[in-house]
Amino acid sequence: MTNLAWARQLMGISLVFHIVFAAAGVAMPLLLVLAEHRWRRTGDPWWLEIARRWAKGVAVLFAIGAVSGTVISFELGLLWPGFMEVAGPVIGFPFALEGFAFFGEAIFLGLYLYGRDKLSPRVHFASAVGIAVAGAASAFMITLVNVWMNSPTGFRLLAGRRVADVDPVMAMFSPGWGQEVLHVILSCYMAVGLAVAGIHAFALLREPSSAFHRRALGLALAVGGVATLLQPFSGDLSARFVARNEPVKLAAMEALFATRPGAPLRIGGIPDVEERAVAGALVVPGALSLLAFGDSRATVQGLDAAPRSAWPNVLLTHLFFDLMVICGLVALAVAAVGAGLAWRVRGTPTQRWYLHLLAWTSPLAFVALEAGWMVTELGRQPWALRGVMRTAEAVTPVTGLAALFAGFSAVYVILGTSVGVLIWREVHATLRPSARPRVKEAHA
Amino acid sequence: MTPAIVLAAVLAAALVIYALLGGADYGGGIWSLLASGPRHERQRELVESAIGPIWEANHVWLIVALVLLFVGFPGAFARFAIIERIPLVVLVLGIVLRGSAFAFLGASVDHDVAQRRWGRVFAAGSALAPFALGLVAGSVAAGGAPFYGIFPVACGFFTVALFAYLAAAYLLVEAPADLEDDFRRRALVSAVAVFVLAFIVLALSPRAAPLVRVGLTRSPWTWPLQLATAAAALTAFYAVARARYRLARAAAAVQVALIVGGWAAALYPWILPGVVTVQRAAAPRLTLVLVLGALGIGALFLLPALYLLFRTFKGARPFSPVDRPAA
Repeated sequence: MTNLAWARQLMGISLVFHIVFAAAGVAMPLLLVLAEHRWRRTGDPWWLEIARRWAKGVAVLFAIGAVSGTVISFELGLLWPGFMEVAGPVIGFPFALEGFAFFGEAIFLGLYLYGRDKLSPRVHFASAVGIAVAGAASAFMITLVNVWMNSPTGFRLLAGRRVADVDPVMAMFSPGWGQEVLHVILSCYMAVGLAVAGIHAFALLREPSSAFHRRALGLALAVGGVATLLQPFSGDLSARFVARNEPVKLAAMEALFATRPGAPLRIGGIPDVEERAVAGALVVPGALSLLAFGDSRATVQGLDAAPRSAWPNVLLTHLFFDLMVICGLVALAVAAVGAGLAWRVRGTPTQRWYLHLLAWTSPLAFVALEAGWMVTELGRQPWALRGVMRTAEAVTPVTGLAALFAGFSAVYVILGTSVGVLIWREVHATLRPSARPRVKEAHA
Repeated sequence: MTPAIVLAAVLAAALVIYALLGGADYGGGIWSLLASGPRHERQRELVESAIGPIWEANHVWLIVALVLLFVGFPGAFARFAIIERIPLVVLVLGIVLRGSAFAFLGASVDHDVAQRRWGRVFAAGSALAPFALGLVAGSVAAGGAPFYGIFPVACGFFTVALFAYLAAAYLLVEAPADLEDDFRRRALVSAVAVFVLAFIVLALSPRAAPLVRVGLTRSPWTWPLQLATAAAALTAFYAVARARYRLARAAAAVQVALIVGGWAAALYPWILPGVVTVQRAAAPRLTLVLVLGALGIGALFLLPALYLLFRTFKGARPFSPVDRPAA
């Protein structure tokens, strides 16, 4: 494997690992704010218990997110020095803002997690709100960087990787920033909300009378469900944008080799790049043109509009895209059914068949989240900065990356397993009959 | 006073603050590693409760420094990451182990096997990270010299001692009466270690780090800086011995600030000695001005929030050097 391949793998696995915790950092604070709000509004001690137990998980998730984010900061410099030389002056500004947002998160997190007995209820609640706002802000900022990578603006590249006419504000709001930011932020609430709902659904199946799990399920499902119901609209916006602005990426996503009007949608199938054909796909005539441009006879650019050397990996991009859409649609169905059931019973759906469905499908939203990032990153290849700098030009001359990959992969496996074990233990602790809310320590 | 110089100064300040806050967190972990005697469990508990609410916020100063380097001096950032890649990997490993272990430690059921294991990982990471920071600092000062040279290695040990010393001085302010003697002894011993290692580093520097030799030993502000550092060190030593712990904490902080700040200032006009200067590595002016502006606005919001954090968990006068006699 070449140096470039190892660098990609290392960056890839670090991002795949980090994004889980970053998404938790965005969405969990909202869940906490809502639980705290319910506690203050209703005085029902179960809400306090929910906030406490979720906070326990959040503390660990945040810590792992922070340290894995530190790894990525270093990897950016170590693995992609060519990219950083250009990116620094042009898109470094939102990076800096992200750093400050993260600073806010860390401060408010400390206040919230440890300060319940030391701060006034108002200030304590405000600190929870602070984490939620800062978390969303940092997701916003970091997404702007990715937007810029997909549609670079705000600079002129000179020889020797020097930049001129730098306009950081223009770069920050490169074309498509609205749709990508919306899609990313919704994906965090969707994936985390449904995952948490799934965990509580699983627990509720074991202990059907648990008031704790019923309330927790209801809240998480509400947040995850709303985000899930909105996400298809966001996805549509994003697809239309990509069709117009990143036609090669769309062509790869859809495995469309030949530019043509009335382009079909191909679901699944194995693209063969040599033959320029797709084997075994479910073909829906005209559907791609319809979805991308609103007209089933519109012309959609195929991969043939770009030189072969500028093609992404069609197989992976296409399959990850379909994975994302399928997982997203399953999540949508589960959310829609849940919404229907909730409307019928005017409360949290607790039918056993639905709890089973939710528990089994809840991780799929996270799969969709990861798959989506794979699509946008793989689909932009061979470019690191689309149309400006190829990933191969951005990569480090340093060797020995295989060892780093092995080492960090091991670390991620250990940390991921430990988080899983911890969450499992925590859930189990709530299933023991002695799991009562600690009313004594609560204060209104 | 160009924006590049201002940003470089802010970057240096971020590193100083990281040493004063994050460095003390690492130092606490080192004392957790070296906890001994009949009260070793209580010593660990003190460290953990002292670090708990603030360690994430303290760690962010490193991110701030890294981001400022990346945005403000992008060419330097890339070269830095490549030249120093091995100690940086060690540093990152130490950070990851320390942070995650500490989180798992906090989440474990009391006194079980898992807690023991994570406690050890936390402590090991807390010693590894400062050592790696010292390797990086020494290697950078020596013009990108190999990290395993005697000068960077001496800097590595020096940093470990420095952070341990700082942590002991801080912990004395918070320590319960039965741990006072333990940490006073630790503070005094580590102060001596700092003195010895500082001497070694200074003695090695003329040959190892000739590019910063001027800064370390010849420039007009060198002797005032060295004297001020010595004065702070002596004050801290005296204050610890006399049980005036807030004064000791403040003096130790001043000492560490002067050492880290002195190192940064000695690098000037280089940002990476022998590789690139502050001016040449600087990003375009507009970028620098925007980042400085964002820093100003950010500071307006974040510094009061940070103060609230310390006020909440470190008592009514979190940074005061004035010892009030017990009522």
